[in-house]
Amino acid sequence: MSAIPDPVAAAVAATVARHRQDPHYILQMLREIQEACDWIAPEAIDRLQQALGLPRTKVEGVAGFYSFLYTKPRGRYRVLFSDNITDRMLGNMELLRRMCEQLWIERGKTSEDGLVSVDTTSCTGMCDQGPALLVNNYAITRVDAPRVDAICELIRAQVELAAWPREYFRVDDQVRRKDVLLGAALAPGEALAAGCARGAEALLAELKLSKLRGRGGAGFSTGLKWEACRNAAGSEHYVVCNADEGEPGTFKDRVLLSAHADLVFEGMSLCALALGARRGMLYLRGEYRYMLDQLNAVLERRRQAGLLGIGILGREGFDFDIEIHLGAGAYICGEESALIESLEGKRGTPRNRPPFPVTHGYLDQPTVVNNVETFAASCLVALRGGAWYAGIGTSASAGTKILSVSGDCARPGLYEYPYGVSVSEVLAACGAVDVQAVQVSGPSGVCLAAGEFGRRIAFEDIPTAGAFMVFDQRRDMFAVARNFVHFFAHESCGFCTPCRVGTSLLRNLMDKLNNGHGSPYDFAEIEKLNRILQAMSHCGLGHSACNPVLDTIAKFRPAYERRLQQKEFEPAFDLDWALEPARQMTGRDDAGAHIGSVEKS
Amino acid sequence: MSASFTIDGKAVPFAEGQTIIQAALAAGVYIPHLCHHPEFKPHGSCKLCTVRISGRQSASCTTLAQAGMAVESDTPALNDERRTLTQMLFVEGNHFCPSCEKSGNCKLQATAYDLGMMTAHFDHFFPSRPVDASHPDVLLDFNRCILCSLCVRASRDVDGKNAFALSGRGIKTHLIVNAKSGRLADTDVTLQDKAVRVCPVGVFLRKDRGFNVPIGRRVFDLKPVSAYVDATAALAKE
Ligand SMILES: Cc1cc2nc3c(=O)[nH]c(=O)nc-3n(C[C@H](O)[C@H](O)[C@H](O)COP(=O)(O)O)c2cc1C
Ligand code: SF4
Ligand code: SF4
Ligand code: FES
Repeated sequence: MSAIPDPVAAAVAATVARHRQDPHYILQMLREIQEACDWIAPEAIDRLQQALGLPRTKVEGVAGFYSFLYTKPRGRYRVLFSDNITDRMLGNMELLRRMCEQLWIERGKTSEDGLVSVDTTSCTGMCDQGPALLVNNYAITRVDAPRVDAICELIRAQVELAAWPREYFRVDDQVRRKDVLLGAALAPGEALAAGCARGAEALLAELKLSKLRGRGGAGFSTGLKWEACRNAAGSEHYVVCNADEGEPGTFKDRVLLSAHADLVFEGMSLCALALGARRGMLYLRGEYRYMLDQLNAVLERRRQAGLLGIGILGREGFDFDIEIHLGAGAYICGEESALIESLEGKRGTPRNRPPFPVTHGYLDQPTVVNNVETFAASCLVALRGGAWYAGIGTSASAGTKILSVSGDCARPGLYEYPYGVSVSEVLAACGAVDVQAVQVSGPSGVCLAAGEFGRRIAFEDIPTAGAFMVFDQRRDMFAVARNFVHFFAHESCGFCTPCRVGTSLLRNLMDKLNNGHGSPYDFAEIEKLNRILQAMSHCGLGHSACNPVLDTIAKFRPAYERRLQQKEFEPAFDLDWALEPARQMTGRDDAGAHIGSVEKS
Repeated sequence: MSASFTIDGKAVPFAEGQTIIQAALAAGVYIPHLCHHPEFKPHGSCKLCTVRISGRQSASCTTLAQAGMAVESDTPALNDERRTLTQMLFVEGNHFCPSCEKSGNCKLQATAYDLGMMTAHFDHFFPSRPVDASHPDVLLDFNRCILCSLCVRASRDVDGKNAFALSGRGIKTHLIVNAKSGRLADTDVTLQDKAVRVCPVGVFLRKDRGFNVPIGRRVFDLKPVSAYVDATAALAKE
């Protein structure tokens, strides 16, 4: 026995044992190693690879894909400021600079003593209580200057995260308007018992009658999806809940899981009943790490209550259980086929479709993937029937939709409305005044200008996955679009040429405009990129990556024209900017270190 | 009679389970492609092979042929978009064709010529991608990698070695080799491996020979890529 225990060896052994040496769990293992050791050292990859009998390329390929997995040391404290436009509007960049100055570090670099790093990350889903940040993947909300100062003190004093003031980690639900779903208050097991009483066939019939459609974006009929999966041949059927909630500005799944987890798990169980599935998985975005223990506790309580496990509700043959998989910072894993790849322990690359998950999903078996809200809503259908549910909302959009409202308004938070609610009704309810624009359904969605606020939230008018970001007259809509374009460039999975290169080209174009080098020529370039991305991309991310720019050019053109100082084409190359590395190396920033000719009149 | 569909009006027969590009190439109809290789399973990442079917565009290497479908491929609009894709691939890496040993035998270069690409159009990214000259027989020049995964697939599916993989994400996606040191010399790769011979561009170079066939007499110097019934086979003979 060696006297000094090797922490890396111990961490690898523990996680491999916890996941029964199953290589499908490699992402979970990497994540746990990262948590235990602060990074994934080459030795950790050695050991993991040996324990699982996998090639090193496989492990490194996966580790390199996810933003929250580090194969280089990133410090014992890894601070990531959420960088959605709503965080920006609340001053996150100023706070980030303040933290970097106090800690004497450069953004994106690890401090020389290996203690801390500070950087940005895509929207963390705390837009109604931002600016937000993550420390070692735990969310801190309502960051302000005093809180930044206090955090710097805690880091410098090397206080364990567990001993930081609990108040920092407080995440509020902020439910502002309840309707049938958020107001349901069902007892655990109530909907499941109703579903069991109906039986699988009748449950599917009610679901189709209810006209319930997916709440994750695409709006596919839930009843048809479950039925197609039930009818698909396979050795096992799987139920997967999509809690990746990566679309910037969306946070309703977070609240559903924190306040109504039973409803979500119960919807998954109903699905299992309909499919004859025995295994369910909930894919929780890495940003919601703080919820893992509480969700596992709910699962355990449900097992104790006979609502999960063998012989659910005393019914012979109704065996079903749920496990939670945590993501690790990759928006693309919200796309259902990429999500399944990630569940299988791979890089989150969208698959070629068809075949679709209903016939070839997890481990190539028939799989239902639904959004958190869809599963929750299915409980209402099981309990109160399809006809009742179809009576809510509009004829093409049955039921209610939960909106995550953030940005310039007095009362950000969740608003549940029957479908058909107008944008202006929501604006009035949340106390938004002087509104210039609303971005519905996040960067992939649509940007509405004042003349369009009479339009309705519904599949037949403005479909949405839930985000509702408000911008008042003070806001620069070009900056909004530029923030979204940076998001897409950062989150492109890199699989296909048009999106991998196109999103970076688009980002560079927007930066060029921002730096005052734009000309009308660049609008044509944006159009061209949009055509390629829409027509040639492999998945929805690439298809919608140009939406925010096209919408804002069409509706807020002055915001762009303000930046067009050039009438003729001008290259993006900037001689003065090219000297920046030399300035950094020599530590100079005086007038002599700049090219004089860039003086602007 | 076997089932058939049309490409630009020309009838193309196909067998059940064939993709559009498989049936097309078998019938001597050229569709531009880079990540497709007749010996490997459909992949679908480069998107050069995109065609139009009933107004919708999709990659012909991952779309199954169906009886009666009318496929548009050799149209000015599609070739425009394909040319843009080749330009994207050029600016994303570092391609200095005049000094590249693969010049004339490179599918990217040949496809770009064939599509009439005259300039890179976009600003170059100039990524930093150091070469790996550690291996006694093979040089890896990552500057030219277009991330088509062919070497990855060949090593995994044919050589049984998993010597290569893609890591990173988005524009930072890059090829890695199966060694803790990250060096090819520390892998079990040999000149006999399929993986060493499938690269459509000039990443994998044999050290023991160079410019065997002089520039001017190489595969795509003789005729354009679109004029080959089977460019892959012609390249394999080199
Ligand atoms: C780039 C991309 C990201 C997505 N992210 C999510 C997500 O975070 N949550 C979600 O439920 N659906 C997301 N989707 C949609 C899923 O692919 C899928 O349609 C959905 O989970 C199906 O569930 P539903 O029918 O209940 O909506 C995303 C799709 C794309 C293309
Ligand atoms: S469109 Fe973008 S995210 Fe989707 S597969 Fe292509 S590179 Fe990946
Ligand atoms: S090295 Fe060649 S074969 Fe391998 S991914 Fe890159 S371009 Fe494709
Ligand atoms: S050849 Fe079809 S996508 Fe590359």
